Amino acid sequence: MFGIPDPAIWLAMICCIIGALICTVYGAMHWNSDSDSAVLEPDDVKWAEEEKKIDGEL
Amino acid sequence: MTALMGVLPLLLAGTAVNMKVLTLVTVLYVLAIGYLGFRSYKTTKTSTDYLLAGRNIHPYVMAISYGATFISTSAIIGFGGVAANLGLGLLWLTFLNIFVGIFIAFVLFGKRTRRMGHNLDAHTFAEFLGRRFQSRFIQMFAGAVIFILMPLYAAAVLRGGAEFIKATFAVDLGVATFVFALIVAAYVVAGGLRGVMFTDALQGSIMFVGMLLLLVMTYAKVGGFTGGHEALTALAPQMPEDLQKGGMIGWTAMPKLASPIWYSLVTTIILGVGIGVIAQPQLAVRFMTVKSGRELNRAVLVGGIFILAMTGIAFIVGALSNVYFWNLEGKIAIDAAAGNVDQVIPLYINSAMPGWFVVIFMLTLLSAAMSTMSSQFHTMGTAIGRDLFEEGIRKGRDKGVQSILVTRIGIIVAFAVTLALALWMPGSIVAAATAVFFGVAAVAFLPAYIGGLFCRRITRAGAIAGMTSGFALAILWLAFIHAKNAGFLGICQLLFKKATLGTLPWTVIDPLVVALPISTLVTIVVSLMTKAPDAAHLDRCMAGVGRCKSAPAPLPVEAGAR
Repeated sequence: MFGIPDPAIWLAMICCIIGALICTVYGAMHWNSDSDSAVLEPDDVKWAEEEKKIDGEL
Repeated sequence: MTALMGVLPLLLAGTAVNMKVLTLVTVLYVLAIGYLGFRSYKTTKTSTDYLLAGRNIHPYVMAISYGATFISTSAIIGFGGVAANLGLGLLWLTFLNIFVGIFIAFVLFGKRTRRMGHNLDAHTFAEFLGRRFQSRFIQMFAGAVIFILMPLYAAAVLRGGAEFIKATFAVDLGVATFVFALIVAAYVVAGGLRGVMFTDALQGSIMFVGMLLLLVMTYAKVGGFTGGHEALTALAPQMPEDLQKGGMIGWTAMPKLASPIWYSLVTTIILGVGIGVIAQPQLAVRFMTVKSGRELNRAVLVGGIFILAMTGIAFIVGALSNVYFWNLEGKIAIDAAAGNVDQVIPLYINSAMPGWFVVIFMLTLLSAAMSTMSSQFHTMGTAIGRDLFEEGIRKGRDKGVQSILVTRIGIIVAFAVTLALALWMPGSIVAAATAVFFGVAAVAFLPAYIGGLFCRRITRAGAIAGMTSGFALAILWLAFIHAKNAGFLGICQLLFKKATLGTLPWTVIDPLVVALPISTLVTIVVSLMTKAPDAAHLDRCMAGVGRCKSAPAPLPVEAGAR
C-alpha cells in the first residue's frame, strides 16, 4: 500500500492519520464542553497573581 | 490540484539564498514578533488578565501556541535526520506524539494538572509534585534533576538550529552556534521567558505552513506519493553495511525484530520520546496556564493536526531525502551529509529547495527553537530559584530579592552550560540527547505524576522511593549498560576498562524500558506499605477533579504539612 511493502510502515502512516482524526473529532465534539470550568475560582485568581509575579521576576 | 502542479516548477526554481530576500523577510518577521509581543503586553495589565486574556482569543491561536512549544529543531533536524538513517519506522513516534503527547496528555492529564496545580498554588512541575505529596525533598529533588539535565535537551535544540545555519551560510559550526545562541538570548531578554501566546501562534503558523510546503515539494522532487515510496523501497540494497548488520532491511520496512537497531528504534526513539513527553516539566506546567478545561478540548483538535504536520512530515522528508541524494549524486543521504545525521535535513533543504524556501524554513526553525528554548529556560530558572533555593535553602521563607538574584544567576549558568554542551557535543547527537532527557524524565517523574493525579493511595514515601530509585537506575544504566551512552560518558571505561558491563540485547535497550516498570513497582509497593495520606489534604488537592465533588474551602498554602 502507498508503494510501501511492509505493513508495519503503512499501518504507522494510517495510525498517524487516524490519531489526528480522533483529535479533530474529539476537539470538535467537545468544543464547548467544560465551559463551567471557565468560571474562575479564588484559587485560579490567586494562582494567576503569583504566576504573573514569577514571570515579572524572571 | 492541476493548478498546483503547474505552479510547482516555478516554486522550485532557483536554489541560491538571496541576501536581499533573507534580510527583508527576517526584518518583517522580527517586526511581527515585536508587534505581537507589545500588543499582548498592553492587554495583560493585571494578574487576572493573565487568565482572562484568553477568553476572547480564537482557539486556533491558543492551540497552535502549544504546538510551537512542543516542537523544536530537535524534532525536525535531529529526528528528521534519524529517519534518513532508520527510515519510515519513525512514524510510530509520530503516532505516539499525536495519541499520547496530544490526546492522552491533554484529555487525561491536562485538565487534572491544571485544576490540581491551581488548588495547590503550584507554579513549577517540581512544586506540583512536592505540594501534592507534601514533601520539600520531592520538590528539591525534581528541581535538581530538571536543572542538571535539561541543559542537555536545550543544547540539542540549540545545536539543531546551528546545524541549519552552518549548512545555509557555509560557516563554522562554532560560529553558527554562537550566532544562534545570541538570537535566542536576544529573544528571551526582549520578550521574557514565557512565550507570549500571539508570538507563539505566529511561530507555530510559520512552522505549519513551512512544513506543508516542504512535504509537497519533496514529493514533487522524488516522483510523487506512491512513486517516491517505491523509489525509496528500491534503494534498500544501498543501505550501509553497518546498518544492515544492525538489522535494517530498508527505509520502507521496520528493522528485523529483536535486532539491535529494532531495540534502539522501538525502546529509545519510539517509546522513550513517545511516552516521555507526558512527564516533560515544561509541558506539564503549560497546562496550568490554560484558561479552562474547554480550551484544552479545543487545543486537542488543532494540536493533533499540527503534530502530524510537524514530526510526520519531518520523518517522511528525512527518509525520502535518500531518493533525492541518490538521484542527484549517487549517494544516500547519510553519505551526502558526511556521516553526520544532524546535517541531513539542513543539507537537503539547501540543496533541493529554492532560495526563498530556505529563508522560510530557517524562520520555521528559528521559531521552533525560540518558542521551545524560552520555555526550557523558564523551567530551569524556576527550578533553581523557586524549587532549590526558596524551598531547599530558605525553607520556604523570605521569597524576596535573593531569590530573584539566584534565579537570574541560575538562568545565566544554565545558558552557559547549554552553549558549552552545544559546542562540545559530537555530531549526530541532537536526537540522542533529546531522547536521554525524555527517557530519564519519564522514569523519574511519571509514576509519581500519574499517582499524584489519579490515585489517592500513593504516599509521600512511595513517591520518593519511586523517583529516587528510577532516577538512580536510569543514570546507572546509561553510564554502565547502554553501550552508546556508556561509551560517550566514558565512566565505565575509566572504572572497569570496558565500554559497557552489559551484553546484547541489554546494551541497546533504553533505560526507560527497564527503569520505568521498576520505579512504578517501587512507588506502588512502598505506598502500600506506608500509611495512607491525609484525607483532608487529598480532598484539597483533588477539589474539582477527583472523587471530591464539592470544593472545600481553600486552605492557606503553608497549611500543608511540609
